[in-house]
Amino acid sequence: MAGIAETRTDQVLQQAPGGEYFPPLGPLARRLERPEVLGFLLVAPALILLIILLGYPFVQAIWLTMLDKHVGSESIFIGFGNYIELWDDPVYRWTIMNTMIFTVISVIAKIVLGLTGALILNQAFRMKNFFRGFILLPWIIPSILSALVWLWMYDDTFGVISRSLIAFGIIEEKILWLSSWGTALTSIIIVNVWRTTPFFIVSLLAALQTVPKDQYEAADMDGAGYLAQFWHVTLPNIKHVLIIITLFGTIWTMSDFNIIFVLTQGGPANTTHVFSTLAYQLAFGAGKLGQGIAVSFTMFPLLFAIIFFRLYRMRKEQS
Amino acid sequence: MSISIPQAREAAEEQKWAISMRQRRALHKVFFLYIPLAFFMFFALFPFAWMAISSFTAEEELFDADRLPWMIPTFTLENYVDLLSETEFFSWIFNSLAVGLIATAIAVTVGALAGYALARLRFKGASMIGMGIIVTYLVPVSVLFLPLAYVFNSWGLNNTRLALILAYPTHLIPFCTWFMLGYFKNIPADLEESAIIDGCTRIQAFYKIALPLALPGVLAAGIFAFTFSWNEFIYALTFISDDTLKTVPVGVHGQLALGDVYYWGKLMAASLLGSLPIAIIYAFLSEYFVKGLTEGALKQ
Repeated sequence: MAGIAETRTDQVLQQAPGGEYFPPLGPLARRLERPEVLGFLLVAPALILLIILLGYPFVQAIWLTMLDKHVGSESIFIGFGNYIELWDDPVYRWTIMNTMIFTVISVIAKIVLGLTGALILNQAFRMKNFFRGFILLPWIIPSILSALVWLWMYDDTFGVISRSLIAFGIIEEKILWLSSWGTALTSIIIVNVWRTTPFFIVSLLAALQTVPKDQYEAADMDGAGYLAQFWHVTLPNIKHVLIIITLFGTIWTMSDFNIIFVLTQGGPANTTHVFSTLAYQLAFGAGKLGQGIAVSFTMFPLLFAIIFFRLYRMRKEQS
Repeated sequence: MSISIPQAREAAEEQKWAISMRQRRALHKVFFLYIPLAFFMFFALFPFAWMAISSFTAEEELFDADRLPWMIPTFTLENYVDLLSETEFFSWIFNSLAVGLIATAIAVTVGALAGYALARLRFKGASMIGMGIIVTYLVPVSVLFLPLAYVFNSWGLNNTRLALILAYPTHLIPFCTWFMLGYFKNIPADLEESAIIDGCTRIQAFYKIALPLALPGVLAAGIFAFTFSWNEFIYALTFISDDTLKTVPVGVHGQLALGDVYYWGKLMAASLLGSLPIAIIYAFLSEYFVKGLTEGALKQ
């Protein structure tokens, strides 16, 4: 970290090169010139707010997961009882598997489509910024509202997707998108990929624009084809951004709530839950707050793994 | 067929099929640019087109199973009229705006101060605090909503806008701090150093020199923060139950999609109106956002 050199001393008067004198600083102002005082003062508001509004609830939550807390009844301390009870619940185990399938497929699809989209938009053509702006739309619009549009497009009787496919003769019978596990999960993945791919495209496009042109020219001279250039020039240059957005994408996908809540609410028959929707259902549907929090806390092992990897890379780059 | 002059024939054939360099480039553009671009744009934008079309279609036509879905509908504004007259839509917009603007102001101010300190000032524990803040940003909202709901409830904040104004910064302060930290690091420190040598105090160096230079970053952080607040659903869903206190996403989802009955015409009208403010912001400011993304967020 680059700090400003400690040029200003505690002297009351100091002669500047031009011969002017600094006005004397009061005792308080002099203290503010010390980086450790000012630094801490500037960080303090953020720290205080986060400790009260985030740290305290978080510590409370750890305690709550160890209680058998039902709404409107006495809480009993049960240690890891909530976690053990969850592990015996087939819905919970199914949810772990669902979240994994959902996350892995979605993230891979986003990387592939994001990279393709970025390579397409990286070519020189007219109105490029116009297209880039429009392609961002799915990512910036409230996901609840866009998920509602998709729910309408998936509708069993009046949905435009099934009816168009029938009219074009691609399918014969209407697909009941959200009525069984396989198609419901596919539908959820499609919407999730649709929503987050723009972020991947725009980030990767930004990374592509930093690749030095002379490297391509050199590769061209060596007779490297498109694929070889992509592999040896493009990919190494965008690797850093690719890793970061993959980590972010994994966390965002794994923790998605809105799209599943709108499309299936975890149904049919609790088969399309992810951690967040199951947590919500346990806490507000069944009134088991402690168990709900325990469900969302099972995201932590993977979350910590990603965070440590991220911090490790930051350390490595700094040294 | 007899071939009398095979060579000449071959040459003529070649002439017929040979394509110039220019044609080749044009073909390349069609296959590697226009067709894939059209596919991407269609996939990205069709839902919005459908949202708009449905919102201007009368309910009888939306629910007519014999009608081909892409037939030109009779244009009507009845969905919009019904939405604005029968629901609390204006209250939802007001709530979203109020909560979003206040939460954004808090987060950007606090985040810019902390980001500057972490980027420029050496003090004990700075790197620990910086790391702690990044870790906090990576913890998703859907892990934190139940703990926050419980504690805010015990503070008597449930069913108030204040709950959202306090909850959103828990996610936004870490983001803004981390974002501004990256942005300040990319601004050379020389200017502030020479200002200090010339007699500025450190605080003056911050708000007279560094802050104006970082203004595009502040704007980008603000756009992100407001977008997050405007789009946020899970906190608003768990904290607010009073119809007039809801934000746009919760209001639209809760009041227009009750049980099995979906008022699709009104829902699409509400979705379009609810998306419009964000779309307008990005139409004018997306350059700042993309620049901020590339100069701040992705650099680290």
